[in-house]
Amino acid sequence: MIQPFVAMGLAVGLPLLGCIAIWLLDKSPNLREAATLLTAGALLILTIIVFIAVGTGARPQLFAFQVIAGLPIAFRAEPLGAMFGVIASGLWLVNSLYSIGYMRGHNEKNQTRFFMSFAVAISAAIGVAYASNLFTLFIFYEVLTLSTFPLVTHYGDEKARNGGRIYLGVLMATSIGLLLPAIVWTYAIADTTEFTVGGVLAGNVDTAGPIVPVLLGLYAFGIGKAALMPVHPWLPNAMVAPTPVSAFLHAVAVVKAGVFSVLKIVVYIFGIDLLRDTGASVPFMWIAAGSILLASLIAMNKDNLKARLAYSTVSQLSYVTLGAMLATSMGVMGGASQIAAHALGKMTLFMCAGAIYVAHHKTLVSELNGLGRVMPWTFGAFFLGAMSIIGLPPMGGSWPKFFLMLGAADAGQIAIIAVLMISSILNVIYLLSIPVRAFYMNPAEGDAKPQGARGAPIQWGHLKEAPLLCVVPPLMTASGALVLFFAADPLYQYLAPIIAEAG
Amino acid sequence: MMETWIDFVVARYNYWIVIVLMMLGLYTVFARGNLVKKIVGLNIFQTSVFIFYITMGKIAGGTAPIYIGGELDHGGGHGGDDHGEGGHGAGHGDAGHGAVGNDNGGHDAGADAHEASSAGADHAKIENTFDANDLKSATNAFEAHDAEDLKAAAGSLHNAPDNLPADIGKSANTTLADAAKEALKTPGFKPEGEAAVHGGANGAEAVAEAAAYHSEVIYTNPLPHVLILTAIVVGVAGTAVGLALAVRIREAYGTIEEDELEAMDNVAEFGDKAAEAAGSAGA
Amino acid sequence: MNFAEQLPVLPIITPLLLAPITLLLPKGRAPHLYATFVSWLTFAACAYLLAAVAQSEAGFFSYHLGAWAPPLGIEYRVDIANALILLLISGIAAVVFPFAYRSVQLEIDERQSPYFYGAMLVCLTGLLGVTITGDAFNVFVFLEISSLATYALVAMGARRDRRALTAAFNYLIMGTIGATFFVIGVGLLYQATGTLNMADLHDRLTGQSNRVVDAGFAFILVGIGLKLAMFPMHLWLPGAYAYAPSAVSAFLAATATKMAVYVLIRFIYTVFGFDFEFLGAAFVWVLLPLGLAGMFVASIVAVFQEDVKRMLAYSSVGQIGYMLLGLSFGTVEGVAASLVHMFNHGLMKGALFMAVACVVLRAGSHSIKAFAGLSRRMPFTAWAFILSGLSLIGVPLTVGFVSKWYLLQAAFEAGYWHVGFLIVLSSLIALLYIGRIVEVMVLRDPPEDGQYAIPNKDAPLEMLIPMWVLVAANIYFGLNTELTGGLATRAAEALTFTAGMGQ
Repeated sequence: MIQPFVAMGLAVGLPLLGCIAIWLLDKSPNLREAATLLTAGALLILTIIVFIAVGTGARPQLFAFQVIAGLPIAFRAEPLGAMFGVIASGLWLVNSLYSIGYMRGHNEKNQTRFFMSFAVAISAAIGVAYASNLFTLFIFYEVLTLSTFPLVTHYGDEKARNGGRIYLGVLMATSIGLLLPAIVWTYAIADTTEFTVGGVLAGNVDTAGPIVPVLLGLYAFGIGKAALMPVHPWLPNAMVAPTPVSAFLHAVAVVKAGVFSVLKIVVYIFGIDLLRDTGASVPFMWIAAGSILLASLIAMNKDNLKARLAYSTVSQLSYVTLGAMLATSMGVMGGASQIAAHALGKMTLFMCAGAIYVAHHKTLVSELNGLGRVMPWTFGAFFLGAMSIIGLPPMGGSWPKFFLMLGAADAGQIAIIAVLMISSILNVIYLLSIPVRAFYMNPAEGDAKPQGARGAPIQWGHLKEAPLLCVVPPLMTASGALVLFFAADPLYQYLAPIIAEAG
Repeated sequence: MMETWIDFVVARYNYWIVIVLMMLGLYTVFARGNLVKKIVGLNIFQTSVFIFYITMGKIAGGTAPIYIGGELDHGGGHGGDDHGEGGHGAGHGDAGHGAVGNDNGGHDAGADAHEASSAGADHAKIENTFDANDLKSATNAFEAHDAEDLKAAAGSLHNAPDNLPADIGKSANTTLADAAKEALKTPGFKPEGEAAVHGGANGAEAVAEAAAYHSEVIYTNPLPHVLILTAIVVGVAGTAVGLALAVRIREAYGTIEEDELEAMDNVAEFGDKAAEAAGSAGA
Repeated sequence: MNFAEQLPVLPIITPLLLAPITLLLPKGRAPHLYATFVSWLTFAACAYLLAAVAQSEAGFFSYHLGAWAPPLGIEYRVDIANALILLLISGIAAVVFPFAYRSVQLEIDERQSPYFYGAMLVCLTGLLGVTITGDAFNVFVFLEISSLATYALVAMGARRDRRALTAAFNYLIMGTIGATFFVIGVGLLYQATGTLNMADLHDRLTGQSNRVVDAGFAFILVGIGLKLAMFPMHLWLPGAYAYAPSAVSAFLAATATKMAVYVLIRFIYTVFGFDFEFLGAAFVWVLLPLGLAGMFVASIVAVFQEDVKRMLAYSSVGQIGYMLLGLSFGTVEGVAASLVHMFNHGLMKGALFMAVACVVLRAGSHSIKAFAGLSRRMPFTAWAFILSGLSLIGVPLTVGFVSKWYLLQAAFEAGYWHVGFLIVLSSLIALLYIGRIVEVMVLRDPPEDGQYAIPNKDAPLEMLIPMWVLVAANIYFGLNTELTGGLATRAAEALTFTAGMGQ
């Protein structure tokens, strides 16, 4: 058995080795893909080792080196990070399988670059997960931004360039313009950026002054990856990327790294006691609530399937931010479990969208009428994923909503409960309408014969499904979401130390 | 009232020359389009600085700092040995020493420790055209160095600097006048000293007399001259490079008028449109 | 007389005495190899000097030229601050000299090559001399030695573009005026104190505050301001750097302005000191606002440049703003940040200009159009540009980030919150202008025909290796700040102590 701290270090380093292997195997795609899958599998095992160790109460630490005096690059796993690590690496494995199917089905160019960027990005995501201080987190956060840029601009045409410009512009502008000063400021106040139970600011800062809310605002908007409105535009614009990339951005790593950072900063830098006592987080709670509703409303009006899912993500991410800003232990629990639940659900939806695109080259919701009859597996998975996102039992997504409502009640914010309910209703409308169309409505005239993509759809009797590698992964994640519903208690127990630590 | 004002201005005529030349030079640099004229302006500007440096090195009644008479390494001319070194005590350096000692440093503000103890050169400063600030800084000179450190000044000039470690600020905080009197009154100064004290009303003469007794010459402060010699060399080099560039520019463009050069560069950068604009502007 | 005692003079006499020999060598390879050898010797001397100074107990070496003791004789005084700058200047020289050959072969008349390398060595001597000397007038002499060589070097770019001549002429006029202002200032100080030795000047200026000293300070500030291209006295710089031969641009951009900033620091902190009443006003009303204005105006102008060299030149003017900011805080952290940024900016600008030189070699132009699709045609050059560009923006794991961190921390600790935010805001402008080039390099297709259609061939190894050495230094010093940050802090402590903070 590998020592957990070794596993932690390897988890950050292994994907980089994988990246080099992918580069070397450029000429033979089969070996290259094998390298990706092998790395992903090994990574999953490593993160599970860390996960189990953390579950037994261990807090493995790894000190890499000191960059500036007092600012080391160091790792320390705690329940939240360990959970994020497992989600990211597990979904990366699924996503890799899916990417292979998608990219080959599409005969994409520059596949080597694509998989290399993926490997670097996942390394950065794991680094974010295990970071033991703000400085380390910031470094990996930036690496994640930069390494996903080639993915977003994968097609290299004018549209991709524009999308990439906005993607990089918004994320870099917020991180350098807001997050970096916030970190330096924190360092100037507390003389440390170490994630500490109970926060590092308490006792070092004048609680009556505007410093706490201003600093919180810098973090909330500085972490552009959390897509809190109005710093969300990068997310819909990144939709120009191939679908596996969208799935990666929305479910596996990028946005999750964002909300994970928000949660971690609230719990371990501010400390929820400080926020509750000062009330600094209340304005941001309302911004998050507004973001939830507004994004849902925008999503309803989007006909493009991926754009609709993108705005759904913006909305769902704000659940996590909302949970953090409620400044109650239940709120934090809700936010943390939302990370897991949303990852599985949104992953499913995106992979289904990709499968539809690969098999039938459809991108608009209005074109999907009757398609469920030829792609029952895909739309079945979509249905389950949508249920989980909405928060309907028996899907895993129902728990975070439940915790959040409890948290809101604890905080005495009854209006927030109403917001959550309205949002769920909106979700029902814009998400469930899609499988309903696909299964119950008749295909429009002249659209009876679905157009195949470059790779012809797989014929299974009367079914025209996407390639196997595009259908199985969404089914896997959908069933994962189902399992999560019944595994709620272990998850709660696992994450309990955070709220216990947070007080 | 008016007269004092005029005196104030006239007495500083050398500074006025500096300022006028400086402005003239700068104006020429910026206002003239011809590259050669710019260089000329630059030279006038630099010349003003040369004059400024020379001005501050000048001592009334002093001659150019070129050594006259005697053997340099012969103690008699400037060393203290001849006339009662022991008697001077702290004020070891006598007037004669002071005069020659100027070779080693500035007179007025006293990097030069020699003057700290030699009344001669410092006294001469009183007659100099400097304003109060200089007197003040001259005062500082007296604080400069512990005269004890000057013991072997009588060697060759090359040895002299070694004996002047920066032992600054140790000595008494005497004012210029006090220090001068002190030095003149020192018993070791003997008869000439008396004469100097009596002639204290017109210090320069007295000092000149005192100096003449020993070496017959007063030198102006050589350091600014040395500095400005360096600056002149640098200036000449700059002028040479500038003129060479002007020649090359004429070869490349066929003109040395700045506005024409700019127009041609604009054409190179923005193409024909700029040429038309330049043409119409020219017309 | 032993070796260690003579050490401080070696960095000066080595290039100075060996430079004229260059002219006797036959044209072609010989002068280049010889000059490279000399630059390495000089670098070795500087590195040894830094190591010796860092370990010495006194913290500085004093060398009496010709055994004439100060304050009358000229003193070379090496402490950690200038040893660090010496290392930077000679280090850049040691990298640029081997790099220069092919670039010079293309851009300069072969007959001139002995003169070129001779002038480069003289320029190097001047730069090192200004840094090492402890005598105010000697600063002027070395300043002019380096400047005169620089005018000639810039003018040598006339073979490719005759505008180099006018640029050199303008530089000459402004440079000479600047130097003359400096001499006037030194003269006034001499008049007030009767000494030219810096340490001696400091002692005698303490407690003096009158118009002579004030005027002296103002003249020196303006004179150095012209030399260091302080906004708005920077107009000579873009032209000079844009049209100079590429190797010269790389060398000057990395060293010349740094040397001038160092002189400013030396005069402000060592010669004048905090006792000097005028200084506070100069910090608040001159250096800080001009630094900020330079940061923004020059950076914004840089965004609109079509010529990459010119863009980098404007960016240099902006970056000088950061250095001025750092020193205008008047704190240990601020000066340390300034020194660190001087060092780091030398590394990144050197690498960037070298990348441009490689492009000029292959494409014959430094227009942005020549950069289209560069990542495919000249991948190593393109990636060198991208990495050092990221460093310029201040992305973590590069030296730029270290600079920014020090600067932000200094700003926050000095209580200049607003300045802190302006700093990050202006680095976002850097993101714009670097991003623009990077986008063209990565996402555009290489032109198929026309002027910029060039074969897919990277720069020769003899250029790539020195360039990548600098790029590696960009990364290395971004990870290990012991040399830069640690020494700069020590140097800054010593400087501010002399300046009167310790009292």
